[in-house]
Amino acid sequence: MTELSKTGAAVGEPTSGRQAPEAFLEVRDLKVHFPTDDGVVKSVDGVSFSLEKGQTLAIVGESGSGKSVTSLAIMGLHRLGTRGKNVRMSGEIWLDGKELVNAAPDEVRKLRGREMAMIFQDPLSAMHPYYKIGDQIVEAYRVHHDVSKKVARKRAIEMLDRVGIPEPAKRVDGYPHEFSGGMRQRAMIAMALVNNPELLIADEPTTALDVTVQAQILDLIRDLQKEFGSAVIMITHDLGVVAEIADDVLVMYGGRCVERGPAGEVFEQPQHPYTWGLLGSMPRIDRETSERLIPVKGSPPSLINVPSGCAFNPRCPYADIPKGNVTRTVRPELEQVSTGHWSACHLSAEDRQRIWTEEIAPKL
Amino acid sequence: MSETKKTDEAVIPQQASAAEGSADREVLLKVEGLTKHFPIKKGILQRQVGAVKAVDGIDFEVRKGETLGVVGESGCGKSTMGRVITRLQDPTGGQITFEGRDITRLSTGQMRPLRRDIQMIFQDPYGSLNPRHTIGSIVSAPFRLQGVEPEGGVKKEVQRLLELVGLSPEHYNRYPHEFSGGQRQRIGIARALALKPKLVVADEPVSALDVSIQAQVVNLMDDLQQELGLTYVIIAHDLSVVRHVSDRIAVMYLGKIVELADRTSLYERPMHPYTKALMSAVPVPDPKRRGAKSERILLRGDVPSPIAPPSGCRFHTRCWKATEICKTTEPQLVELTPGQRVACHHPENFADQAPQDTVLLSAAKKASELVPDAVAGGGPVEKEPAATDKAAASEEAAASEEAAASEEAAASGKAEASAAGGAASAEKTGPGAKVSTEKAAPAAEDAAEAPAAGTGAGADAPSGEPEAAAEETGRQAEAGDQESAEAESGESAEAESQESTDK
Repeated sequence: MTELSKTGAAVGEPTSGRQAPEAFLEVRDLKVHFPTDDGVVKSVDGVSFSLEKGQTLAIVGESGSGKSVTSLAIMGLHRLGTRGKNVRMSGEIWLDGKELVNAAPDEVRKLRGREMAMIFQDPLSAMHPYYKIGDQIVEAYRVHHDVSKKVARKRAIEMLDRVGIPEPAKRVDGYPHEFSGGMRQRAMIAMALVNNPELLIADEPTTALDVTVQAQILDLIRDLQKEFGSAVIMITHDLGVVAEIADDVLVMYGGRCVERGPAGEVFEQPQHPYTWGLLGSMPRIDRETSERLIPVKGSPPSLINVPSGCAFNPRCPYADIPKGNVTRTVRPELEQVSTGHWSACHLSAEDRQRIWTEEIAPKL
Repeated sequence: MSETKKTDEAVIPQQASAAEGSADREVLLKVEGLTKHFPIKKGILQRQVGAVKAVDGIDFEVRKGETLGVVGESGCGKSTMGRVITRLQDPTGGQITFEGRDITRLSTGQMRPLRRDIQMIFQDPYGSLNPRHTIGSIVSAPFRLQGVEPEGGVKKEVQRLLELVGLSPEHYNRYPHEFSGGQRQRIGIARALALKPKLVVADEPVSALDVSIQAQVVNLMDDLQQELGLTYVIIAHDLSVVRHVSDRIAVMYLGKIVELADRTSLYERPMHPYTKALMSAVPVPDPKRRGAKSERILLRGDVPSPIAPPSGCRFHTRCWKATEICKTTEPQLVELTPGQRVACHHPENFADQAPQDTVLLSAAKKASELVPDAVAGGGPVEKEPAATDKAAASEEAAASEEAAASEEAAASGKAEASAAGGAASAEKTGPGAKVSTEKAAPAAEDAAEAPAAGTGAGADAPSGEPEAAAEETGRQAEAGDQESAEAESGESAEAESQESTDK
């Protein structure tokens, strides 16, 4: 684990032994640790994935599984201000051929907002209450574009119109509190997209919203993605949203990736017991379910004392099947199940297949 | 079932108190015409300038041992409703009857013994537990306040309760901050169950929890209901959770119940367009269904303000089926099929309740652009009857004609409307009387409520014909947009003449 060096290599200059990948975004063995008085909080502990332009990756997991920390790490937001002193980051994040983890903060700042932008969960706290919506969008635009206020304002109105805010020329002078929740989320999407970013990270963009508004926002994100061809990382705990929008799914548990693959496969042939648990926990609106939900027993692990072996073992109903106590001593590595579909589990492929088809699938 | 009928309302209180145990034995909680308005005050004198109509006239009952789910968007008044029926807030109007006893105006002191029977589980497991009290003192508070000494002592009982909700009895001396969200919610449930209540009102009991924990709590509540014979009112915004836990479900919109039905009917054959839109918006965890996006109904804009709710049907500003009658007349909650009550003039999956009223509002036309054809199959297009094209051809002539003919037409229209719920009158008086029936229907609406409910099934027949006719006329009534404006002026003239004839 390397301490975050402030004088790291400049952006775009591959450090020795590190090859720029072909994918648009590639994260390799990303670790984000926070030393605290109680011990080191291993929020993200070795996550790797890649994403192409025009594709959507959904990161799913419980609170505290490290999904938001991953996205903040990509945005370089852990390193801001005093927070930068309290974080240890290692691994590689390659965005369009540029490495970000060891890049100088100034270099990352140039990318932030322009090449990569973020939509936060709570638009009320993510927007400044003192400034007009329009002014905040104008600021985001002028940071990266050398244009007059007038031009930027025109651009802001254009974006507000694009995200479906009625009377954008009027609402551009409104304050965040004058917007409803859905409208605020739209305004924030407008702000995130004002510079045509190539990577859009949406951190639970619809969790605080009603289903009807959620449907509007998901539609909007999908349309905008088609229009701008951006790559989207969608962080959510709602598998419904995942099924709706994602091409690929990454399931996180205890700071690690436990399953990764194309959305269709992960829903059809999920390989990890935790993914089964998530699917079994969800009440379904589209069918009359069997009487009881199948919850995952217990609570999420502490990130300071992650259980040894497989982090999921204390909650896994199948932890005793693999022989030799291996689930409690050896950390399982991601193994490819089929093309592009990876899973980190000690269960043998036959066992998994049998449990899924015989025990889990019929109950869903 | 005719609780909504005005004639009954006066009778029911006595009936309930006198004849408790006979007809109403099953009903544990009954709510009639419940309203809760929060005044808006302004100026030095704090004069009331308006009111937030959070709950604006709802009727329902909860039977013993069942779970009633209440769903709706934020701001629809569902939480206020929960707080009013538990008397945490005082209702502005209406009546709440618990076990046959009118509890609407009981004082705090009079309510206290009843608190044993009505308990609440709150949404926020962080805000609803006092951080300075131990779990033991939190869960034993109900015993203290009610002066109850359980068998074997309070401590033993509290530990039993903790075990019941899946916590360890050793947690007795711990503080809330030592627990996770799911465990805190269990503590809240243990506290609510301490006195063996008859009714538990749970306001968003699982929405603050992670999916896997959510499932644990849902299962726990389910088990406890089986074990202790509890009756639940579960307020939630998550339609999947509500589908899973509820026997019957009430859908609220802007302070009103728009649909109240048992689970299967509501989810398989939603009748209110709002219910349908709400359910179509829930993402389904099945990527194969993504192609089925076409089933999704997107609602335009946001929920209107409850300070000045829209006239008539409150959903008409966002509904793709809204017609003139929706703007003028508020639909009553009537039982269209057994066990399914709906407040809509143009319900889905059922005969139109106002088939004579056909011209879509311009807002509805915009809204219908967002409604995929697959859904609109029984939708707005068919709502344009033969009458419109004639009206279109000779709008002005018709208006003037009708002004003259309105005396008879309006009179007959009214008479028939009140007799047969306005549905048949369009057929009998023919196209000429279209405008007049439109006018007559609102007036006759109140009277028509009962027949409409009664003739629910019968109304199928008349509505079939305009539909068939609509296919012939096709989209000719597109022009109706401009007309409706013209028609309005015509109607108002006509309405005047109607009034004068009435006099």
